[in-house]
Amino acid sequence: MSDIISVKDISVSYFGKQVLENVSFEFTSGHLIGILGPNGAGKSTLLKAMLGLIPKDKGLIEINSKPINDFRKKIAYVPQRSNIDWSFPITVKDTVVIGTYPSLGLLRRPRKEEKEWAMRCLEQVGMQDFANRQIGELSGGQQQRVFLARALAQKADYFFLDEPFVGIDVSSEEVIISILKKLQSEGKTVFVVHHDLTKVKNYFDELILINKQLIDAGPVEKVFKTEIMARAYESPFLMLKDLEVQL
Amino acid sequence: MEFLHDLQTYEFLQKAFITSIMVGIICGVIGSFIILRGMALMGDAISHAVLPGVAISYMLGINYFYGAVFTGILTAFGIGAITQNSRIKSDSSIGLVFSAFFALGIILITRARSATDLTQILFGNVLAVRTSDMWLTLAIGSLVILVVILFYKELLVSSFDETMAAAYGLKVRFIHYSIMFLLTLVTVASLQTVGVILVVSMLITPASTAYLLTNRLSVMVLLAAFFGALSAVIGLYFSFVYNMPSGPVIALATTALFLLAFLFSPKQGIVFRKIQAFNRKKLA
Repeated sequence: MSDIISVKDISVSYFGKQVLENVSFEFTSGHLIGILGPNGAGKSTLLKAMLGLIPKDKGLIEINSKPINDFRKKIAYVPQRSNIDWSFPITVKDTVVIGTYPSLGLLRRPRKEEKEWAMRCLEQVGMQDFANRQIGELSGGQQQRVFLARALAQKADYFFLDEPFVGIDVSSEEVIISILKKLQSEGKTVFVVHHDLTKVKNYFDELILINKQLIDAGPVEKVFKTEIMARAYESPFLMLKDLEVQL
Repeated sequence: MEFLHDLQTYEFLQKAFITSIMVGIICGVIGSFIILRGMALMGDAISHAVLPGVAISYMLGINYFYGAVFTGILTAFGIGAITQNSRIKSDSSIGLVFSAFFALGIILITRARSATDLTQILFGNVLAVRTSDMWLTLAIGSLVILVVILFYKELLVSSFDETMAAAYGLKVRFIHYSIMFLLTLVTVASLQTVGVILVVSMLITPASTAYLLTNRLSVMVLLAAFFGALSAVIGLYFSFVYNMPSGPVIALATTALFLLAFLFSPKQGIVFRKIQAFNRKKLA
């Protein structure tokens, strides 16, 4: 049975400046959803507001009409790479073990079982040989794969990724997208903040297009059209040429 | 060796010894989290801001612990309030709040006590540790160590990736203020040993030394505790044998350890890095 995740009328402002205005949409689970929009459109803000990480002026996020707070432990978040302190004294393996923390709850420590599970998640992203490295010793793509492994370790139902493909190598990008598609086929829901328009059709099956307000949300073939995209990206020339190639 | 003999003989020296070791350990432990969370300045601020609390406690005739904890927490909240409700950046609001508290503290304490008392509070006098101070330090130390052991996992994840911690439902702001509370307790416990002004060296330097030597948080915390305790004992030794103020000696001892790690750490030390670079050049 599929769940319904709905965002109702979210508005967010920073110091009086409106960043998101009355954004609403609804999806059933089992989709790989791209959040698109130009720079400064509020993509990351939308992601953080959905997770309740920043204060909202108004709005609700619900899963099957229950507040998202009831599902916290089933939510995995993969941060933008620039938000992580890569010199933190932690190894690749221990980073993935963190993914088991939500299910452990307070006071219980990760044991052998959790560590073995973390290793299996590392194998899924092909990073098992780097288990004992410090995370700063990896390339950008490898770092992103490790954080995806951490999200897998969480056994979550909802995945939120903030710009996972920025500054990473092609093979890492392929590994990551194939895992996201596999999660989708298992009925999980994956939200991805994304700004490169070239591979949108290959990657996502649903889109959220925003520029402070919701421009459109729905299946890729419905939303990813020149006239709709042009409304989000107000400077049409460069953009539209890029799109023509694909459409 | 005479020092060891005296240590067995004099009770005041034993109290100073136990207290300084405990202070070194807990400063290293809390300091590790402080530097990883980028809150080194916050440590400095809170340590200075306990001063008015000490003075007020003295005026009211209560244990300095209560006043110090009160103004320490007040400072943490004050800094948080200014940062969150205005465009002032956090380093500025830290400087703003703690200098005000420190100034107030100095005025209050010169009114309440003699100048020698002020010197002791500012620079520490480990040899004057009373029995009640020792027990207070041991109690605070046990609490700090217990909290860190029980909630190690939560401290780790909230220091490393606060957003993920919040996303899965940890109360990260509560954790932040809990660390501020522990930091205040540690500062109060360190007053006698290192003094207000140099507590920051015990918080930051042993933890930084440890940071250069390991890639694991748990090892870092243990090493920092060890370096802190070692520095504190060195401070006690010089204070007793050469009649020097304990705070500055401890601060210099932590710095000496840091310099050793900075130069000779196998991974981060500049000496080994230079040697490696030289070898690579020779090969090429």
